[in-house]
Amino acid sequence: MSSADTGAVTGTETGSATGTDTGAPTGAATRSWTVRFRSWLTRAVPEGQWLPDRQPAYVRSWVYVFGVVTLAAFLVVLLSGLVLAVGGAAWWHVSRVGHFVNSTHLWSVQLFFFCMVIHLWGKFFMAAWRGKRALTWITGTVAFVGSIGTAFTGYLSQSNFDSQWISTQAKDGLNSIGVGAYFNVLNPGQMLLWHVMLLPLVVGILVVLHIVLVRRHGVVPPFDAEPPAPIHGVEAPDDGPAAAQASQVPGAQVPPLPAQQSAAAERSEVAR
Amino acid sequence: MSTATRRDRTPDSHLFPTRPYDLVREFVIAAITMVVLTVALAAVFSSPDEHAITLSAWAKAAPADVVATATAELAGTTTSAGYGAPYNTAAEGQKLGPLALQKWAGVRIPVDSANDLVISPLRQAAAGDPTLTNALATWTSAPVAQQASWAGDYSDALTKAPDGDPAKVAAGSYGPVPQLAASYLSLARTGALQSELTSGAFYPTDQTKPLLLLADGAYLEDQARAEHLGGDQWGMMNETGNYPGQPWMWLYTFWYQIPPFSTSSNADALVWGVMAVLTLGLILLPFIPGLRALPRHLGVHKLIWRASR
Repeated sequence: MSSADTGAVTGTETGSATGTDTGAPTGAATRSWTVRFRSWLTRAVPEGQWLPDRQPAYVRSWVYVFGVVTLAAFLVVLLSGLVLAVGGAAWWHVSRVGHFVNSTHLWSVQLFFFCMVIHLWGKFFMAAWRGKRALTWITGTVAFVGSIGTAFTGYLSQSNFDSQWISTQAKDGLNSIGVGAYFNVLNPGQMLLWHVMLLPLVVGILVVLHIVLVRRHGVVPPFDAEPPAPIHGVEAPDDGPAAAQASQVPGAQVPPLPAQQSAAAERSEVAR
Repeated sequence: MSTATRRDRTPDSHLFPTRPYDLVREFVIAAITMVVLTVALAAVFSSPDEHAITLSAWAKAAPADVVATATAELAGTTTSAGYGAPYNTAAEGQKLGPLALQKWAGVRIPVDSANDLVISPLRQAAAGDPTLTNALATWTSAPVAQQASWAGDYSDALTKAPDGDPAKVAAGSYGPVPQLAASYLSLARTGALQSELTSGAFYPTDQTKPLLLLADGAYLEDQARAEHLGGDQWGMMNETGNYPGQPWMWLYTFWYQIPPFSTSSNADALVWGVMAVLTLGLILLPFIPGLRALPRHLGVHKLIWRASR
């Protein structure tokens, strides 16, 4: 066996063990791009935070629902758009089924924006960028702006009277700042490709980044809220049965909790 | 306590008490709800689809407008003829303060309105038509000032004629322009003009020239205004019929409704400038002192977290 082979085997084995145990590459494993990438992923969103089965007790309002509802609406938009793409650009003009699919695309976009705007306002009122969540806010708002551009190119791609009128009106704004020289709204071929490929790709990547950041940092706590003080000598139960039992105590309180709170309340805290 | 200090002191959400949560079930319920709502709205309300206006349909519905538009293209008085970048150098274009962004972007989609939108299509259709061939030869051999004079005079005469009817135009020295305009109308009626404006391409995807021509006429805007789509009717966010268009563009459309934007020749650049600043403000809100503290003072968060306090 060559030294190169030996190194590869050693690196892989070491990397696997290291990555599994601590998430931080050491020694030969630091030379492995795979191990380093896996470690980066693990640091970005630690195991257990991707699909959590518990959430902070202060997450109680219905406004929180609009994040996941927006994501669901986005997937319906993508799905209806995919079906439209299968039929082709002119299909919906000549087919009743195609027209119905176009209708689902239109209304799913309306629902998507409705939910997204509520989600955005909700996060604004919570100042959800607090606690190192600025990038979460930025990816969300840029995705919002990107969605507007995607919807706009969709209206330009309808190949009907509406797209004729919108394109002839919109060209003036884009031309006035020099963008129209490169992004020609009077060219339906260019607009269709932006609509079905480029912009959905950008928005999709931003949505994935946004979700990763939400999972990594969790839901922003209320203003001035403080977590309960850690209990020395008591192991944090994490997501295990003890945590479930402790936090299912009826009437669980959200901090700030008084320093002299009862032992029962202290047992309900979960340090994750 | 300063805002920055408060932000920095926001604790890790994972340190707080938790309660059971089924993320997957929540998502599945949300997805089913969205699908049901989407299908129900599509089934009940459908979606609009007003047919595109073809150049042939335009010529049949408003022949006087086609003749007037072709004449104005020859006279160099249409919107596209005097547009500036990215189509030509006929105007400086709009500016955003000292920034001539429109001009700086250059003429990347060259359009010579008289030649590209009128003369060139006529030339392609002139084979076997000696009258049109002679008219084109007369036009081409004339000095530019003479061309402008003929077309300008004929354009004025059309404006004064009852209903803009070319048959009722007063006699005058219009050179070959009446013949060129009449042939142009015939060409448009046959539907051949549409393909000739897209360079006769078998797969025409770029409609820049047909759309510039259509927009230079009055017919397209008349139809749009009838559908409440005019620029001063919040048109950019509306849709034909009673369907929702792009209501999320309300703020962009709003600026066009009020001074100074509604009366400025730089309105588009100004509105885009304002929207760029506001959009950047939204994106960078976490870093803007004062604004980032606004939610705390508005107090809406008390409704969101009332069950937790």
